[in-house]
Amino acid sequence: MTAQQHSGRPDAAAPAIELRGISKAFGPVQANKDISIRVMPGTIHGIIGENGAGKSTLMSILYGFYKADAGEIFINGTKTEIPDSQAAIAAGIGMVFQHFKLVQNFSVLENVVLGAEDGAMLRPSLAKARSSLTELAAEYELHVDPDAIVEELSVGHQQRVEILKALYRQADILILDEPTGVLTPAEADQLFRILDRLREEGKTIILITHKLREIMEITDTVSVMRRGEMTATVKTSETSPEQLAELMVGRKVLLRVDKTVAQPGTPVLEVKNLRLVDEQGVERLKGFDLTLRKGEILGVAGVAGNGQSELLEVLGGYADATGEALLNGARLPLSGAGADGRSRRNAGIAHVPEDRQNEGLIMDFMAWENVAFGYHHDSAYQKNALFIDNVGIQKEAEAKMQRFDVRPPNPKLRAKNFSGGNQQKIVVAREIESKPDVLLIGQPTRGVDIGAIEFIHQQIINLRDQGVAILLVSVELDEIFSLSDRIAVMFDGKLMGERMPEETNEKELGLLMAGVNEKVA
Amino acid sequence: MEKMPHWVDVIVIPLINILLAFIVAGLVVFAIGENPFDMVYYMVKGALGSTNGIGYTLYYTTNYIFTGLAFAVAMHAKLFNIGGEGQAGLGGIGAALVLLAVPWPHWTLALPFAVLGAGLFGAAWAAVPAYLQAKRGSHIVITTIMFNFIAGALAIYLLNGALKKPGQQAAETRHFGEGAHLPTFHEMLSPFGIEFSKSAPANFSFVLALIAAVFVWVLIWRTRLGYELRAFGNSASATAYAGISSVRVTIIAMLISGGLAGLLAINVVMGEAERLILNFVEGAGFMGIAVALMGRNHPFGIILAAFLFGMLNQGGFELMWEMPGISREMVFVIQALIIIFTGALVHMTRDPIERMFIRMSKRSA
Repeated sequence: MTAQQHSGRPDAAAPAIELRGISKAFGPVQANKDISIRVMPGTIHGIIGENGAGKSTLMSILYGFYKADAGEIFINGTKTEIPDSQAAIAAGIGMVFQHFKLVQNFSVLENVVLGAEDGAMLRPSLAKARSSLTELAAEYELHVDPDAIVEELSVGHQQRVEILKALYRQADILILDEPTGVLTPAEADQLFRILDRLREEGKTIILITHKLREIMEITDTVSVMRRGEMTATVKTSETSPEQLAELMVGRKVLLRVDKTVAQPGTPVLEVKNLRLVDEQGVERLKGFDLTLRKGEILGVAGVAGNGQSELLEVLGGYADATGEALLNGARLPLSGAGADGRSRRNAGIAHVPEDRQNEGLIMDFMAWENVAFGYHHDSAYQKNALFIDNVGIQKEAEAKMQRFDVRPPNPKLRAKNFSGGNQQKIVVAREIESKPDVLLIGQPTRGVDIGAIEFIHQQIINLRDQGVAILLVSVELDEIFSLSDRIAVMFDGKLMGERMPEETNEKELGLLMAGVNEKVA
Repeated sequence: MEKMPHWVDVIVIPLINILLAFIVAGLVVFAIGENPFDMVYYMVKGALGSTNGIGYTLYYTTNYIFTGLAFAVAMHAKLFNIGGEGQAGLGGIGAALVLLAVPWPHWTLALPFAVLGAGLFGAAWAAVPAYLQAKRGSHIVITTIMFNFIAGALAIYLLNGALKKPGQQAAETRHFGEGAHLPTFHEMLSPFGIEFSKSAPANFSFVLALIAAVFVWVLIWRTRLGYELRAFGNSASATAYAGISSVRVTIIAMLISGGLAGLLAINVVMGEAERLILNFVEGAGFMGIAVALMGRNHPFGIILAAFLFGMLNQGGFELMWEMPGISREMVFVIQALIIIFTGALVHMTRDPIERMFIRMSKRSA
C-alpha cells in the first residue's frame, strides 16, 4: 500500500479493481461464492441482483467491513489487503451509502472534514477543505454551499456531500449503493451527469442498483448476481433489460403488468383539506384533497418526504390530522377516539405500510403471530373469551403462506428470517385477505426481488378487479405508471396535480414532483 | 443449522457462566487466604444440607420468583421496572391493612384478601410511574427508582404512626393473629410423614409463587393481552400501526408487574414475620432484575434462577458462620460475580459456544 496508487495509474491496462475468487459465508449461508470481477479504470460498472443476492456483502468486503473467507483483491494491479474501511480509503476507494452517513446539524464543510482532520485544531483543516471543495466543485460540477447546514439541504445535495467526502479523501474508485432511491427523476438525472463527468475525469465507479433502466442508461459494463454467485458480466451495449431480468431471476420475467381498463365505481373514500403538524412543529400535510373510487388504483407519486408517509399514517389511523374524511359516506375520525388502526380495520380499511420492518411486522414474532397482527381481536382468532387460538392461527397462517407463495412456507419461522420479498408477501396476504373496501399500500415493492414484485403487482390488480379501492403510494415512477389508473402527485404536503397515466409522461410527473406546475408557470 | 440448539442456550450456557463465576469468586477467596473449595462446600451445605437450610432457601426463592416475574412481565413490554422494591414494600402495607382490619378466622379465608390487598397496593404503586411514562414520557427507570424511596419513607411514616403497635418502641405493627397464620412447610408436610424443620420460614407462599409463574406463562403466551404486550415490547411503531394503544399496554403491564411484586409481602409479611416490619423487602426487589435476566424473562427460567439466588443467599449466610474469614461483604462479592457472569457477560461465553456448535454441526453434516 503506497501513495502512488491514488496518484495516477501505474499500469493503464490493469483493472482498477479486480476481485478473484471471493467467497464469504455467514454461518451456513453462502453470501458470496467464488466471485471474480474486473472493473476497468474510467468506466461505470453496474452490479444488479435481487435482494439477498450478495451485492452488499461483496461491496462490504471491498470496503473492509467484512473479511472474505477466500479470494484476493487487486487495486490497480496490486494485491491489496483491506481489513477495515481505513485501508479502503487509503487504497482510494470511496463509498456512498444508500442511507447517508452525515451529521445533520453540521455544515457541509464540517461533514467533509469529519474523520479526516489534520490535527487537534479544527481551523487549518477547515480552511484546507474549503479550498479543496472549491476545486472539486469546479472540476466535477459538484456545487454545494460549504457553509450550508446539512439538514437544510435537499436529498440530492446531501448525496453530493457524500460524493464530495469521498473525493476529498482522494478516492479514485467510487461505490454507490442504490443512489437514486431517494431522488426525484430530475435529481437522478443530475446525479448521472455528475457520474458521467467523474468518468470523463478517469474515476472508476461501481453502481449498485436494482433499477434496470439506470443500468441501461449509464453503465459501460454490468455484472449480474444471483444467490451469491456472479452469473454474468456483459457489456451494457450488448444486452437488454429483458435479458438482465432473466439473468437476475433465473427465469423469464414480465416487466410490464397485464391489466384491463379500470371500471371505477362510486367514491369510497373522500378526503378534504387534510392538515398535519408533526412533533417538531413542521406542517407535513397542507390541505390535501383526494377522492378514491371503487375498483380503481390511485397512484400517489412524489419524492420521499413530501407528506405521502403522513397521508398513509393518517388514513391508517396512527397519526392525528385535521380536515374532513368520509368513508362510504360516513365520517371517518382523523383524531381522537375512533382514529386508531383497529377502528380503521373494522371500518374496512386495510393497510400495507411503507415500512414493513418497523410497522407491518414484528420482526421477532413468528410468521403466524404476524399473520394475526392487527387482526388479533377477530373472533375467528379467539379460542374462547380468555385465550387466543394459537393453533387455529398457525393453520390459517400456513394456508395464507401457501396461497401467497411465501417461501419457506413455515409459520414458525421468525419474520426476520424471511427475505424482504417474502416478508412483504406475509403483510400483503394478511391485509388483502381481510377483505377490505379500501387498501392503502405504501412502497409495495421496496426492497423486494423482481420475482416477488411481479406476484405482488398481480395481487393488487386482482384486488382492484374485485372492486376494492386502492391507494398506492410509491416513489418508483415505473411502479406508479404500471399500476395506476389515475395518478396524483404530492409535493410539500399538497396535491400538485392529477394526471391520467396515458396522458402524461415521466418528464411531466418529474416536474410536478419537484413542485413545478407548468400550467401555473 | 444456523443457530445452536435451544437447550444449549438456556441450560448449558447459564451453567458455564455460573461455573466461571465460581472460579473467579474462588480466586478472590483464595486471594484473601481462605480455601475456595471450603467456600463452595459450606455454601451448598448451608443451602441444601438440611431441611432447615432448604426451608430458608425456598423462602428466599419464593421472594425472588415474585420479583423476577414482576420484572419479566414489564420487560416483555420493554418497560424497565426497577421499582419492584417499592412495589413490594407497598404490598406489605396493603397486606397488613387487610390482615389487621379483620380478626380472620382461618388462613384460607385471609389469604385471598391478603393477596388482593398486597397485589392492589403494589399495582397502585406501579400505576403512577406507568401513567407518567405512558402519558408524559417520563422515563420509567427514573420514576420507579424515585418511587422506591417514597415507598421507604411512607413505610417509616406509617410504622412510626398510624400502624405502630401501641405502647412500644419498635417500628412495627401488632401480630396479625393466629387466624392469619400461613402453614409452614413443616405443617404442610408432616401429615404426609415428611419431617421438615420447624424453624424454617418457607411457607404456603411458595405454592402461590408457582401458581403466579403459571399465570404469567399463560398471560404472556396464550392471551391477547400477552400478545399485545410482547408486540409492544418488540416494536412500538408496529403496535401503533396495528391500533394497539401504547398507553393501555404500558399501564396494564405495569399494574400486573407491580401486583406481582406486591405479592412478595404474602411470603415475608404474612408468612414469616406475621406483622409488618421495616425494610422487610431486603433488596429482593432489585434481585428480581437479576433473576429475570438470568431466567430470560421466562417463568420456568425465573423459577430456576430464583432457586439459584435463594441458594446463594442462604448459603452465603451459612458461609459467614462457618468461615469467619469471609465477611458479609465478601458474600455480596460472590453473589455480584454470579450476576455479572450470568447477566452482563452472557455474550462472552454465548458467542464462542455458538460458533463452536455451528462448526461441529458443519463437520457432521
